[in-house]
Amino acid sequence: MEATPLAFADRASAALDDPVLQTALAGIRTGWVAGRQRAAERLPEFEALRDLGRDIKDHTLACLDLYLEAFEANVTACGGTVHWARDAAEARVLVLELCRAAGARTVTKSKSMISEEIGLNPFLEAHGIVPVETDLGEYILQIAGQPPSHIVGPAIHMTKDAVADLFARHHGGERRETAADLVAEARRILRERYLAADVGITGANFLVAETGSVVTVTNEGNAELTQGLPRTHIVIASLEKLVPTMADAFTLLRLLARSATGQEFSAYTTVLTGPKRPGDRDGPEAFHVVLLDNGRTQMLGSELRAMLRCIRCGACMNHCPVYLAAGGHAYGWVYPGPMGSVLTPQLVGIERAWPLPNASTFCGRCEEVCPVRIPLPGLMRFWREEQFRRRLVPPTARHGLKLWGFLARRPVLYRLVTGIAARLLAKLARGGRLAKLPLAEGWTATRDLPAPQGRTFMSQWRARGGHR
Amino acid sequence: MSARDAILARVRHGLRRPAEAEAAARAAVAARLAAAAPNLIPARGQLDREGRIRLFAELAAAVMAEVERLDRLEDVPAAVSACLRRHDLPQKIALAPEPLLGQARWESQPLLRVRRGGAEPDDAVGVTLAVAGVAETGTLVLASAADRPTLLAFLPETSIVVLPADWIEGSYEQAWMRVRALPGGVPRSVNLVTGPSRTADIAQKLELGAHGPKRLLVLIVEQLPG
Repeated sequence: MEATPLAFADRASAALDDPVLQTALAGIRTGWVAGRQRAAERLPEFEALRDLGRDIKDHTLACLDLYLEAFEANVTACGGTVHWARDAAEARVLVLELCRAAGARTVTKSKSMISEEIGLNPFLEAHGIVPVETDLGEYILQIAGQPPSHIVGPAIHMTKDAVADLFARHHGGERRETAADLVAEARRILRERYLAADVGITGANFLVAETGSVVTVTNEGNAELTQGLPRTHIVIASLEKLVPTMADAFTLLRLLARSATGQEFSAYTTVLTGPKRPGDRDGPEAFHVVLLDNGRTQMLGSELRAMLRCIRCGACMNHCPVYLAAGGHAYGWVYPGPMGSVLTPQLVGIERAWPLPNASTFCGRCEEVCPVRIPLPGLMRFWREEQFRRRLVPPTARHGLKLWGFLARRPVLYRLVTGIAARLLAKLARGGRLAKLPLAEGWTATRDLPAPQGRTFMSQWRARGGHR
Repeated sequence: MSARDAILARVRHGLRRPAEAEAAARAAVAARLAAAAPNLIPARGQLDREGRIRLFAELAAAVMAEVERLDRLEDVPAAVSACLRRHDLPQKIALAPEPLLGQARWESQPLLRVRRGGAEPDDAVGVTLAVAGVAETGTLVLASAADRPTLLAFLPETSIVVLPADWIEGSYEQAWMRVRALPGGVPRSVNLVTGPSRTADIAQKLELGAHGPKRLLVLIVEQLPG
């Protein structure tokens, strides 16, 4: 999909005026946010597990070359094949070639953010292969022609009625009214797709070096039908999905569902090791893993390395006041919320994504809830500094910051200027509020600015006999 | 340069591991992979046998699995038959062709039609055997084998899983030891199953039976024959 984060402000404004979206976003607070809180409270070791999760990922990243080699050797030993892709274009071609080698006409897919990142579906379609998304949320979006708005619940922005209309239009037949009937209809239709598919494509939640295994996590069981029925299974995963051992995967799995949805464990966690064995009645004959770099190796050597710990739980966006007001589509690409504000500038370029690191109140909730303790506000600050350095910030903001910086370094002058400003604003105010203020129309367009009382904190502090 | 070599070179360039640290890093990685040692196991995963069975049953029920405790393997066919009656399902199952399940005396339920083999698209009920249970989250561990077809627990709308009580472990790590000890080692597919299939993708409302089974019955068998 085309990256359009530059339109963040406009999209966010529109989102605020969209009552349907606001209702959906409010559901995240009562659902997943409350659920995570309860799940964390039920497990006394949760905080200790978060430390371990961070340490496991840090260790893996510090030795990533060695773990990648071990993973490849073990996949090969159990009869699978590892393919390497430097960027999105290479990954797309690799997947297409594997599909063609399998004689594929249709492929089923279980939810993969990497697939979204590399734009796999339009590419396969352009080459005559029909991709069918099987995660219910992704399926809804595929037939609606929309991008995901959340990494865990991709269609979280859609109402039941919207899905009912969409299904009636797309599937034909009677319009189903209840969520249960809509789920049943999707189940019936996708069942045929599973059985007809020549290739199944899944993502991976973890890649395990010790065993050469791929771990997938779903609640629907769609990954199991996607990889279990066709003759060929293709896994697409980025490099940072590696963990050393199954024990390490289990530690991170204890964090994943609890952080994402507040579940103790997702319904289906599947560990896949190679193609079907002699005598097996089901499973693919060919097992391919496509490892994608696409900027990760660059992050390894930069301040952004900690971002590679991310296990894609979505807790940062669920707890973000900006995401919960603006929704995922405002972010204009695959990864929304705080993790997206760090990742997107790396993957599409800061010049095409500079509003994202600014789409934050810096309240710190994202870092507080991140299961692997990624310092998300710090990493957004890194991008803010980077964009300032590269002169991507609009001139008014640049000059404003420069002026403020000049004053802030000169305390006497700063107090003089703020003292004058406070008195002036107090005089301009009507009833303690300012309805309009030059240079701050963005703020006063939708609300009043509380006016200063007429004296600055410093002058009141001195008047009350305060000392340093 | 191949993509593989280019990526590995970029990783090494990004890490800038000093040459003198190389041997230590290789040794640390080899040791970690060889030991495959558990990290922190929560206290709730460290209970006695009865505690494990109870916690498993409690947590599986909390995610809407039906859980029954049976004394003997011979009680399984009657429990299966009763489940089908309870849910108005035809008395017909697809059964994993597995020797232990084969000893369950299915002939004791003459009305129950039993087909042994893998899952067919129109099977309504699949019955298979778990290789372990995990008390800490009420999770079943299913492992693929010639006589334990994976799809029996995914294609049919009703999944019934037999779980010997002695195989319920406290934690995932302990259950994984059972998987590693299987003949042939780690099988192609290991499914950790916690309740029936579910989705909340339509308006954040929980619905069961998204793609996998709508209904999951776990039969915990206290005592295995001989």
